[in-house]
Order: sequence, then C-alpha cells, then structure tokens
Amino acid sequence: MESSDITNPQDQQSQSGSSNLSDTERWGSLIGGGALVLMGLRQGSLRGALTAIAGGGLIYHGATAQSSIQEKVGMNQSIKVEKTVTINKSPEELYRFWHNFENLPTFMKHLKYVRVINQTRSHWIANAPMGSSVEWDADIVNDQENKLIAWTSVEGADVDNSGFVRFTPTASGRGTEVKVVIEYNPPGGAVGSAIAKLFGEEPEQQAGDDLRRFKQLMETGEIPTTEGQPSGRK
Amino acid sequence: MKALCWHGANDVRVDTVPDPKIINPRDAIIKITSTAICGSDLHIYDGYIPTMQSGDILGHEFMGEVVEVGSAINNLKIGDRVVIPFTISCGSCFFCNRDLWSLCDNSNPNAWMAEKMYGHSPAALFGYSHLFGGYAGGQAEYARVPFADVGAMKIPDGLTDDQVLFLTDIFPTGYMAAENCDIEPGDIVAVWGCGPVGQFAIKSAYMLGAERVIGIDRIPERLQMAKEKCNAEIINYEEVDAGEALKEMTGGRGPDACIDAVGMEAHGTGPDSFYDQVKQAVRLETDRPTALRQVIVAARKGGHVSIAGVYGGFLDKIPMGAAFNKGLTFKMGQTHVHKYLRPLLERIQNGEIDPSFVITHRLPLQEAPHGYEIFKKKKDSCIKVVLKPGG
Repeated sequence: MESSDITNPQDQQSQSGSSNLSDTERWGSLIGGGALVLMGLRQGSLRGALTAIAGGGLIYHGATAQSSIQEKVGMNQSIKVEKTVTINKSPEELYRFWHNFENLPTFMKHLKYVRVINQTRSHWIANAPMGSSVEWDADIVNDQENKLIAWTSVEGADVDNSGFVRFTPTASGRGTEVKVVIEYNPPGGAVGSAIAKLFGEEPEQQAGDDLRRFKQLMETGEIPTTEGQPSGRK
Repeated sequence: MKALCWHGANDVRVDTVPDPKIINPRDAIIKITSTAICGSDLHIYDGYIPTMQSGDILGHEFMGEVVEVGSAINNLKIGDRVVIPFTISCGSCFFCNRDLWSLCDNSNPNAWMAEKMYGHSPAALFGYSHLFGGYAGGQAEYARVPFADVGAMKIPDGLTDDQVLFLTDIFPTGYMAAENCDIEPGDIVAVWGCGPVGQFAIKSAYMLGAERVIGIDRIPERLQMAKEKCNAEIINYEEVDAGEALKEMTGGRGPDACIDAVGMEAHGTGPDSFYDQVKQAVRLETDRPTALRQVIVAARKGGHVSIAGVYGGFLDKIPMGAAFNKGLTFKMGQTHVHKYLRPLLERIQNGEIDPSFVITHRLPLQEAPHGYEIFKKKKDSCIKVVLKPGG
C-alpha cells in the first residue's frame, strides 16, 4: 500500500488544483485499458473517477469535492488495491460469471452473501470483526459487455466502497488479463478502524488471493484446498 | 488409518490419523498398495525443507486402488489400479496445456507463500511442505488425490506394483534429466549421484542415444549398481578427483552433458564442501551445492547442465563465471510427471526397462521410521525402500 494513499487533507487541498486533471486522465486510462498502476495516485477517489467516466468525464470535479469533504470529517482511510491475473478462459466466460454478483462470495473470502436486486442494484453482506457483518447496496455504474464492470456502493453503506473489473484478451491467445481495482473508505471511529483492519490487512494479498480463487474456479471448476484432510496433529 | 507423520528433524512416526475423504469434485481416494521413500524425503527428514508442520503426512511416490471418486470424475471407477504423479496438476491452465505440469498455476492452495519465496508458485506436491501446498502424502493406507481425472493413470493388467511404482517420480525424473541434456549421437553424459534418480538418469541417457554414461558417487554399492545394472562407467570421487578423471575419460573435452542427481545436501571432499556443511548446519545457507559446482566446472564448453536434484533456496559460490564463459545451457525443474507417464509405461511394457532393479528393501508401512533411518545412513546397502501398507 502506498503511504501516500493516506494523505493529510491539508496537503490534498493545496495540491488539488494542479493534480486533478492528470489524475482523471490516469484513472480514465486505467479503466479504459491502460497499464497504469495505482502507485502515485495521490488524489481522487475511484468512485469519483468511475462516476466521472460513466457520466462522460464532466462531473469529476464534483466528485473530488465530495471526497475532500469526507476527508475533512475523518473519512480519510481510503484503501486502494489493484491486482491483475491472467486466466486461461475467454473474456466472455469470465465476464458472464462475474456479472452475476451472487457468484462473488464463492471466491471473495470476506463476502458472506450478495443478492442481485435488479439490473444494476445488488445487496452485499461482508464479514466484519467479532462475528458481526457489514452491509451495503451497490450499483453497477459502468457495464461494457465482455470488457468491464464497475460498481459503487450507494448512500447509507456501512463501508463506502467501489471497484471495477476489466477483462482484456491477451494478444497471443493466452487467455484473458483480469484486472481488479477496489477502493474502500471505511468510516471513522473505532468501528471504522476495526473494519479498516479487516479490509486493510495486507489488502494486496487479500485481493490477490480472491483473484487467484477466481482463476482456479474458472480454469479447473473448483478451488483447491487442504481443509479437512487428515494429519497427525492432535 | 495408519500414516507416516513428520514431527521434526529425524523424527517420523506411524500415527493413527483420520481417513481422508473427498473434499473437491475432482478428488479421488486411493487405497495404497505400494509407496516408496524418496531421496527428496530425506531433505524433509533432515529438517532442511521449510514450512513443514508437525503431524504432516509424508510420501509422494504411491499407487493403489481407487476406492472413492468425486462428483466430477468420469474416467475412473472404484477398483481401478492407478499410479499417482508426485506433482499435483490441474490439467487446464496455461502450463498444464503446454506439458509443463510441475508448473501448474492452480494446484497450490498456499501459492502466496511460494510467490513470496520464488516470485511465482509452482505446482503443489504431495507430502512436501506447506510451501508446496500442504497436501497430505501417500506413505499411508489411503490418500486423497486432487485432480485425479488428470493425475491418476490406470495400470494395465500383468504388471506388478514394483514394475510401475516408480512412474510416480524417480523414473520420469531420471528420464527428464536425460532429456534435458539434448543428447546427440556420440555424446558422453556424466551423472552426479547414483541414487535411484541417478540410476534412472543413466538408463534414460542410453535410451536417448548417449554413447557413454559415467556415474559419480562415493557409495560402493551404488556405483556397483550403476555399473552392473545400468552399464555406466564409474568414478568414486573419494578415491580419485572426479574432475580430473572425467577429463581423462573424455579426451580432455569434458562430458557433453552433466546431470546433477544429488541436490541440496551434497557431500564432497574439498574445502568448499566443508564450508557448505558448516553454513547449512548453522542455517546460513539453505542448500549445499557441492555437486552443482563440480558439474559446472566439469561440463565441456557449450555443454548442457541438467539439474534433477532438488534445490530449495539460496546457493553460495556458484561458479557463474565458468558457466557463462563456457556458454553452458542449464535445464532444470521438478518433473513434469504427467507428460512421461504413458511413454514410460510403454517402455516398461515393451520390456525395455524393469524399474524394480533399484529396490533393495521392502518393509511394512509400520516400519517406515526404520526405512528412513537406513536410507539416510545408507545402512544395509540401502538404495530404495518400498513400503507396504497392511504388510
């Protein structure tokens, strides 16, 4: 995790004028197919970028303004994760499986349950510390068949979050590169920091493991495990 | 069931553990009829393989009878007699599709560990530490075989366990070591280590067209086996300087290809060997690459180095200058066992080879700890131990 993801609001404000445009471009390039990585993206939430791109790029300024208000009230523990894996299946097959969000808990370990409400909206329940759970509704904000699915949580979410998954066929028929970018903005306070811990403990590895399970499931039809096998441990 | 469990360095015991059960749709459960101790099990026994946990069931050379299959298995049925490759491979990833089975992308549930250590994760292995998946091994009465639809090969009637058991590992491993030499007519191949893998590497080098094969070891009965059963010329490196002897035997050119069938716990006679023993003993070095160094220095210019012996970590004082300036080609890796199963079974059926010649000891599973002891210390002329559950 880039240390710059947790920035002082003062710093952000002082820089916002100069870096907005380039960040928008870089987010746009990431979502649109560029190979850019998150590193160095100080500014601008994924939600903002996703909304901006869904709306044609013009409302990005509004989105950043909103995020800096969140930061002022202590909602500044943004956790951004980016991971890519190559899967030996077509973009069509992968898109189809992912697009039914009810499939996500089979490979995303911290998700308990997802229910699809209608074409765009779904309800998500994730495990939280001490046996509790957190819930939110999410909307698909960008849906490009066999290419990209982007979603953001709607107002009232326990954990504000957004993400996208992009499916790009490799040039040489070696399958599909699947890139996932997810951002969480846990609320402030003690509950918030517990949640931040849950989502934030080695988030790169957690996202990487989720994505690996997706690959395993799609390529082999199952997720390899040793849970439940015998051993001589007492 | 009874199973051989690891409890620490030089501490293996036959414990009573729960029977394995089907966990995933492509699993099968095998009732084991024969299972062997591999030289690479000794690296675990000696405590040099990281991420072992007390209670882990060892063993990756096993065969038996299918007693249960998962819901997605359609090509195996109860009662089939099968051999099981020691590498666990899914059969559907980029690597399996290209016959690079030991590099399977999907079989290791602990891939993150291997990625931290190696950058990427190779295939999981049976009974070979949590770094390689943490799967329970086959020195037991039963074993669960994941991806059994691509991993279990049925054995035709008329062949004994002793004839086909080594298809699980050491015969393909020796064969791949020879194949990695890209042998051309007239080639001389030198094989460091005349343990079971070395014996099969010698035989395989001849099968693949080598003119002469030279075996190097220090244990008289192993050298004798290489000479008598495998038709190798032999060098006892405790009696002569192996490097000088090889030069003399190859007209000063050096062997066209050199196979390291020793790996991380090599013995040697020189000061570098002592250096490695000390460093490995105090954990300053993970591997003792004495044999590998000799291989590199001995190989002829433009020759091949083929590594079949297991290495796990970081090696000191590798003569990279020799390797570079002699323009050597290196090939190595865990065996792509699945690729070799059928072709090598055919060679057994044709009578080209009877792999059972390496077996020196047959013990009931209950006596597995004794098997480890004599194999490690090379007592009683031990070269290969086969264990019989229920025997």
